[in-house]
Amino acid sequence: MSIEYLGLKSIEGPLAVIEGVEGAAYEDMVTMTLEDGEKRIGRIIDIEGGRAVIQVFEGTSGLSLVNTKTKIEGRPMELALSKEMLGRTLDGIGRPIDGLGDYFADERRDVNGKPINPVSRVYPNNFIQTGVSSIDCLSTLIRGQKLPIFSGDGMPHDSLAVQIARQAKITDDGDTEGDNFAIVFAAMGVKHDVASYFRRSFEESGVLQKVVMFLNLSNDPVVERIITPRCALTAAEYLAFKHNMHVLVILTDMTSYAEALREVSSSKGEIPSRKGFPGYLYSDLASLYERAGIVNDAKGSVTQVPILTMPNDDITHPVPDLTGYITEGQIVLDRNLSLQGVYPPVSILPSLSRLMKDGIGEGFTRADHPELSNQLFAAYSRVEDARSLASVIGEDELSDIDKKYMAFGKAFEEKFLMQDRFENRSIDTTLDLGWRLLSMLPKSELDRVSDETLEKYYRHDGQNGSEN
Amino acid sequence: MNEKTQGYIFGINGPVVHAKGSDAFKMQEMVLVGNEQLIGEVIGIEDKSTTVQVYEETTGLKPGEPVASMGKPFSVTLAPGIIGNIFDGIERPLMQIKNMSGSFIDRGMSMSSLDEKKKWKTTVAAKVGDAVKGGDIIAETPETSLIIHKIMVPPDIEGTVEWTAPDGEYTINDCIVKIKTARGTVDIAMKQEWPIRTQRPYASRRAIERPLITGQRVIDAMFPIAKGGAAAIPGGFGTGKTMTQHQLAKWSDADIIVYIGCGERGNEMTQVLEEFSELLDPKSNRPLLDRTVLIANTSNMPVAAREASIYTGITLAEYYRDMGYHVAIMADSTSRWAEALREISGRLEEMPAEEGFPAYLASRLSGFYERAGYVDNLNGTEGSVTIIGAVSPQGSDFSEPVTQNTKRFIRCFWALDKSLAYARHYPAIEWLTSYSEYVDDLQRWYSDNISPKFIPYRTRMIGILQEESSLMEIVKLIGEDVLPDEQKAVLEIARVIRLGFLQQNAYHKDDTYVPTMKQFKMMDLILYLYDKITDLVGRGIVISTIRESGISEEVIRVKYNIGNEDLTPFDELKKKIDEIYKDIIRKNS
Repeated sequence: MSIEYLGLKSIEGPLAVIEGVEGAAYEDMVTMTLEDGEKRIGRIIDIEGGRAVIQVFEGTSGLSLVNTKTKIEGRPMELALSKEMLGRTLDGIGRPIDGLGDYFADERRDVNGKPINPVSRVYPNNFIQTGVSSIDCLSTLIRGQKLPIFSGDGMPHDSLAVQIARQAKITDDGDTEGDNFAIVFAAMGVKHDVASYFRRSFEESGVLQKVVMFLNLSNDPVVERIITPRCALTAAEYLAFKHNMHVLVILTDMTSYAEALREVSSSKGEIPSRKGFPGYLYSDLASLYERAGIVNDAKGSVTQVPILTMPNDDITHPVPDLTGYITEGQIVLDRNLSLQGVYPPVSILPSLSRLMKDGIGEGFTRADHPELSNQLFAAYSRVEDARSLASVIGEDELSDIDKKYMAFGKAFEEKFLMQDRFENRSIDTTLDLGWRLLSMLPKSELDRVSDETLEKYYRHDGQNGSEN
Repeated sequence: MNEKTQGYIFGINGPVVHAKGSDAFKMQEMVLVGNEQLIGEVIGIEDKSTTVQVYEETTGLKPGEPVASMGKPFSVTLAPGIIGNIFDGIERPLMQIKNMSGSFIDRGMSMSSLDEKKKWKTTVAAKVGDAVKGGDIIAETPETSLIIHKIMVPPDIEGTVEWTAPDGEYTINDCIVKIKTARGTVDIAMKQEWPIRTQRPYASRRAIERPLITGQRVIDAMFPIAKGGAAAIPGGFGTGKTMTQHQLAKWSDADIIVYIGCGERGNEMTQVLEEFSELLDPKSNRPLLDRTVLIANTSNMPVAAREASIYTGITLAEYYRDMGYHVAIMADSTSRWAEALREISGRLEEMPAEEGFPAYLASRLSGFYERAGYVDNLNGTEGSVTIIGAVSPQGSDFSEPVTQNTKRFIRCFWALDKSLAYARHYPAIEWLTSYSEYVDDLQRWYSDNISPKFIPYRTRMIGILQEESSLMEIVKLIGEDVLPDEQKAVLEIARVIRLGFLQQNAYHKDDTYVPTMKQFKMMDLILYLYDKITDLVGRGIVISTIRESGISEEVIRVKYNIGNEDLTPFDELKKKIDEIYKDIIRKNS
């Protein structure tokens, strides 16, 4: 039985209020039919007796208090799922927009998902080689991790994400065909050309048939944007945990998502917390990011690489701040490096991978990896000190050891960080490069490395002034 | 009289549900909401309308569905079976949830918190005719290989033992003792219940005078925490809050650890669970999980249960304290709990105070931290609850409300610093902003048990670090070269302290836990080196000569090169310092 309610009580921003409803549940979907037959989808976000507040996904423009018929669907927002989704392009709430028609749904799931039980999780420790030195060596990506890229407008985060997607060896060794590998791409409020850049890149590297794209572009309805990542993650969970695929999820741009959330929150009249964002921004972001992982009754995995642009490059802005508290590390891009022409401009000191410690070293990458990365971090942080000193007293006045650090810093940026967009470095190449650079410093400076490791990898033939 | 109150759902807004239909709901009463019987708690009562916070997702609830009271305040079950278990925020066992609903958590699952079928090998200590009162121990059972669970008379019961069961195997519901009280005979089973928002009673508080030894140098030697004390670890993301909490949970010398993952990452809980089942307790060689309780409300689990998880944890801790154990609680992170308060407060449309947090934030925080303490229990034993709360300040800004309000109620503050973390100096506890008010209380213990010089050494080292920081201001402007050699000596020794003492490698087999005696020897060695360097500099020898000898590097590497058991190499190293000292004097005279 489905009753249609005629007319609305009030409209505010993307929200519409109806009264006298019966049998509606919290977060039920509704379909609204306009007088010209146009249908819009909405969701009940507040209910008080017979009064329900509806969030209208396609926006409320054209709606009036008398021209609308509202039908309660009696179920929460669901997404049709099937393996046929691979290679398809869908809109922000999961409707095909590539002109190929509907696909046959294997099942339908609530897009909100359910929390993974911590006791069912498998602790991720499978190293993913991305072929990017700064990531592989210093903030290693692990299968089942959520590792965001913190970027700013005008920086090459898209190229980096594409490079990771192209080069990531996320598949098992036995699976050379990559049959078990899929990418779920969700665009939230990004420009049309960015979305087509991703599409073209996937096409060129021949993985398009393995990609599900959810597009909510910058001129698409804002409210849909709140559903887009949830659809994407529902699809990812389905592919990973039902079809045992290793899924890489790219979500871009999380800042637009959070702004959409703020817009809806403010039209609901909620009490804002920092910068006008709702108090539940943390829980809300967590409900997305925590959907990465591996569970012990399926073979697949969901790895997330969300991209967010920090407004005004401010890492303390609520969106990067709260994201950093939820995700397992972050890759931070730096504008100065970018201006110097360093690609990828990964600022290594604030970048971090929390899962790295258990996925590197003997049996994963190479035994010297943990010590090397530790030493590189420590040495590079000395470089920053030397540079700030040089900016005050001039480079010539620096002590000899500080001058060595200056030279090391320059070489590190030019040789280690910088690489071509199509250059795929193996982990051994990356680690050897790291040792070669460290050998520019005197042995006594390398205090994070044990004597044995130092003996084995320190190169006395480097252009350094070591004591031998 | 005990008739269950029944109402119906009127409105739903996130985790907050408004119920109508009865005025008989009591504040903080436990209720079942909707046809799925979701668990909730009454948090507000107005004329004709009751406000309930629901500990599960409310999607799909409809107005008109029933709301039924359970006739008791929101409580946890206390009995053997708690240790080694992992619960959600309202003490539901996650293992059992997994058996019922698979890898993802469903809603509305009712189950008992503890295994009711398992039989525990029980020794009954009470005798017929004994006069007993609340807290008295009447029986005990080995709960894990490390913990003997003591069965106590519930705090509100007093009387004479009328009947006791023989020693044997019992479930937590079997009656083991009958007590004749003024109100009639009461059957006592192992299982008790206790409301989470009420502190469990004790006889009296004791003065704080024993440290909680953690094996972490920057904590034990610099900013010690006392048994029964409260500490906060604030730090932005990536500074190592969770890592520090894990280290404390692994190595501190408490009998029992209650680890609350409050609004944090799911993978971290998995890590604790996996690691603690494998890691062995150094004293007993039994898995650490045998002394640990985990409470997990990960950041995507319902927000109202996050608010409850902190109270669930502290109530479990107090229960074990009553048995005479020293319990340490790690709450990671209290900011998520404060944010849960804020979220619910916002849904209730309460008037916000600072940054949208409710005005009662401070009183809730103080209420929580005051449940820490070193006490004489009702049964004559002594026990303690130590609280170590992580704080995640927004934007790494320590002036935000949660950090500021927390600081008022704790006495030990371990400030984690971003630039130390960037330089991979772990633990990134910054030595100039951190403090411990327990140093004076613990002075006596250190002096009696380690050495009378322990605290003076500590004071001296902090002085050196302080001096380094003011010298660094100058160095930043004009470079190190212009400083006189005495000041260069301070910088040199401060470097040794930072790298060789404060920095500690959690992944190194010896360095991850350092006994207090070795910590003392390290301080002794470093200061010995300092005295020699100062002496040499006083004789007009330039600091670079001393640096070239490489002795500083050797002292820095002591943490790796000298093991934790045999401390004699420290004396050999002192001799080596002497030799180098003489050598330098000879060459430069």
